[in-house]
Amino acid sequence: MSHWIVVPTVLPALTAACLVLFARDNLFLQRVISVVATVALVVLTLGLYRLADDGELRVYLLSNWPAPFGILQVLDRLSATMLLLTACLALVVIVYAINGWDRRGRHFHPLFQFQLLGLNGAFLTGDFFNLFVFFEVMLIASYGLMLHGGGPRRLKAGFQYVTINLIGSTLFLIAVGIIYAVTGTLNMADLAVKASQVATGDVALLRTGALLLFMVFALKAAMVPLHWWLPTTYAAASAPVAALFAIMTKVGAYCILRMYGLVFGPDAGPLALVAEPWVIPAAMVTLAIGAIGVLASRRLLDLACFAAVASMGTLLIAIGLFDEVGVTAALYYLVHSTVAGAALFLLVDLIAIRRGKARDTLSAAAPFPRDYVYGALFFLAAIATVGLPPLSGFLGKLLLLDATMTTPHAAAIWTVVLGSSFLMLVGFSRAGSVLFWKSAAQPAPAAQEDVRRRAVPTLAAATLIGATVLLSVLAAPVSRALGETAHQALDTRGYVEAVIGTIKTASVTGL
Amino acid sequence: MSMEFLLASAIGALTAGGIYMTLRARTFPVIIGLALLSYAVNLFLFSMGRLTIDKPPIIDPSATDYTDPLPQALVLTAIVISFGMTALIVVLALRSFLETGSDGVAMDDVGEDGLEARDGKARQ
Repeated sequence: MSHWIVVPTVLPALTAACLVLFARDNLFLQRVISVVATVALVVLTLGLYRLADDGELRVYLLSNWPAPFGILQVLDRLSATMLLLTACLALVVIVYAINGWDRRGRHFHPLFQFQLLGLNGAFLTGDFFNLFVFFEVMLIASYGLMLHGGGPRRLKAGFQYVTINLIGSTLFLIAVGIIYAVTGTLNMADLAVKASQVATGDVALLRTGALLLFMVFALKAAMVPLHWWLPTTYAAASAPVAALFAIMTKVGAYCILRMYGLVFGPDAGPLALVAEPWVIPAAMVTLAIGAIGVLASRRLLDLACFAAVASMGTLLIAIGLFDEVGVTAALYYLVHSTVAGAALFLLVDLIAIRRGKARDTLSAAAPFPRDYVYGALFFLAAIATVGLPPLSGFLGKLLLLDATMTTPHAAAIWTVVLGSSFLMLVGFSRAGSVLFWKSAAQPAPAAQEDVRRRAVPTLAAATLIGATVLLSVLAAPVSRALGETAHQALDTRGYVEAVIGTIKTASVTGL
Repeated sequence: MSMEFLLASAIGALTAGGIYMTLRARTFPVIIGLALLSYAVNLFLFSMGRLTIDKPPIIDPSATDYTDPLPQALVLTAIVISFGMTALIVVLALRSFLETGSDGVAMDDVGEDGLEARDGKARQ
């Protein structure tokens, strides 16, 4: 049993505690500790990714309690991929944040580390109730981060965000209660076995529980009709926080894949693929609403928010296929949309700061120094987000369209994906031309105040855009690796055997 | 009337009240609604191990039957989390009332420039 599996949750927890206890009033020390810990997390998750790459499923029993009674963490290719993605995104975001944003309120760094703790825990856990606990850790940290910087608008939006997530947590508990009442287990692998053997009289009850749980994950994944919190929240949050939140919606998508592809997968008897009829239709509406929102936005920030909704729609269509090709496309698009979405939020902030009073409104304003750099970055980010060749958004959508070829919904999916891409293309082109071309035609301000600004935040945004370029160049090896990940993620039997097998050996050594 | 009926109708009444209150337009009723919902869910979790009365919550060779201890542990976790969250949201609502002068839930009563004005100040 490798103890490294538990470190991605222990490291941010200890770092956050150290930050609060020993570096509370020293921002410089906080920055150093936070960056060092995040770099360590990247190295660690890279190591775990290589460990998981041999295709073996590793189980970590906390305190070595035999698994149906204790809590366990499971490292497979999927969780390793998500951990690595989270850590890399976190590193870029923390580099962006230490250039000024973390000074706008107290305790940015501890909250950031607690957020990473919640995210890593949610990706690793193999137990339902533990998933609830990590969801709460993640959400509580996100409440603090979302409010970072203060101001009436953030407080109002924060109240809505907290309320909707508290209702979500209530539903989560009710769902967990029903599932436990029927099956008597909270262990995911154990549940996968027991769901297929459920008594006929209890099928309706278990179905209710499973679908209530689906609603919770759909809320996190901003799936229609539970998506309205996202534009308000992300638009009110500070830029680095919004960029980090790009991975938060993916947690919902990850849980839908885990729970309804694996636990309630094709082998789950009467509950086989219980969520399947809901995912694709809702995801198509999500994508359409996101695209229309992009077209209707009057501010660049709203545009980025609705682009995030649309990307969740695309991702969930791919996940909703629940087959290997579909999930491969979904995972590729997941990596792409996390990186591209975060890049867009950082860019919006960079542009808004430089435009002075005009901020991010889509109206012509005086040109700012070196606007060609931001124009070029925005152009690349727009190409990636909309899904034009040659960047990874295009490849992701291509994989998705290819995966839907043989499904009965193919015509509808193609229409929605291509139509919404067109709407988003129009929205982004309009935004870009107003911000950069129409503004260039405006008279330059008489006294050009040349404020020295740091280059690092721009480099951070550029790194994320560079990552989408890299993802496009390395598309073949990446999609091959993600194909293997998808195969393992949908292999219920392998998952159950690995976990139950560990339970048996552990109970022999433990008792 | 049986214990099951009493408990089930209590959970139902609390949930119905909670949903009604969370749909109100002012922050204080919404908070009360969230509190009611969390009470409902605590009772619900408590009953999910089935109602077993006068039995030990551990497996003991001498006892004939036992109460499932896991729901009780889960309820404790849920109580702690919902308690903390209620405290947070009360502070949040109070702060937003003090900063905006209204306790409405909607965003309409915040000026479009609420965020920008403050950010501009912070940058100078």
